[in-house]
Amino acid sequence: MREYLVLRVITKLLLPFILLFALYVQFHGDFGPGGGFQAGVIFASGFILYALVFGVGAARRILPNGILRAGIACGVLIYGGVGVAALLLGHNYLDYSVLAHDAKHGQHTGIFLVELGVGTTVASVMMTIFFTFASWRED
Amino acid sequence: MEEVVNVVILAFMALSVVGIVLLRNLMAVVMLSGIYSLLAASMFVVLDAVDVAFTEAAVGAGVSTVLFIGTLALTPRREKPPAHKPLLPLIVVVVTGAVLIYGSLDMARFGDPSGPIHQHVAPYYLEKTGPETGVPNVVTAVLASYRGYDTLGETTVIFTAGIGVILLLGSWRRGLTPPPHREDDRA
Repeated sequence: MREYLVLRVITKLLLPFILLFALYVQFHGDFGPGGGFQAGVIFASGFILYALVFGVGAARRILPNGILRAGIACGVLIYGGVGVAALLLGHNYLDYSVLAHDAKHGQHTGIFLVELGVGTTVASVMMTIFFTFASWRED
Repeated sequence: MEEVVNVVILAFMALSVVGIVLLRNLMAVVMLSGIYSLLAASMFVVLDAVDVAFTEAAVGAGVSTVLFIGTLALTPRREKPPAHKPLLPLIVVVVTGAVLIYGSLDMARFGDPSGPIHQHVAPYYLEKTGPETGVPNVVTAVLASYRGYDTLGETTVIFTAGIGVILLLGSWRRGLTPPPHREDDRA
């Protein structure tokens, strides 16, 4: 899509706001609608937009396969790790109350970390699926 | 006023489904399914379920449409005409739909506060979320804390989907030729 100047400029203008909105949805999920799942999808759609306009190759140079695959695994690891941390501190699996000095802070910390894990996995998987499908014919 | 909005949204949803069934051009079908998801998201907003609406708009209308288009780049753009009349599937669908509608007659009236759905665990979550977790959004507290196991399962499903796509279509198959793509299949 090298010839569409308007699309290229508008994409570059929109991209930071899409990614910022994704981060807002990610970290504001306790207070408003949203959470890790939605944030991951929005974050991925920002990069998918970039790939649609500038080509999958350009998007893959920013996020190589290795980073995406590590992201897929890391998200689930963070989620499971929070559960194991609660186990090691002497409570039930995924009981966040022990993660801080009092129960409410522990719950906040746990929900924050868990949503971060969900967001990481969802964003990496969505981008991986799109990049894999889109680059099938180029390879 | 809300009834009017409901009727308009549901009518558009029904129209887009009829379009999806009748059209043979798969690109138009993908666009209509995206529109259907967006209408469903508006429906959830009307029902005050903003978290669900958010997910439906981001996943259903956004990313899945893009993924469908990515798939269409690998497949013919036109659905093959069916080989025989779809009578049997039609009967199955009509009977299933009739049974579901018959079943819905026994459900509690919409929004009835004495319905079983509002008497089970919902009051506990609404009362205890504030004191126990300090999180203002009850939906987030239920998803991430009270029902943390379910969300861990969901994340694992997404993880598995990603691994499956990498294994089936990933770069280790670069030596293999892509599926044949006949020009006459294109619309």
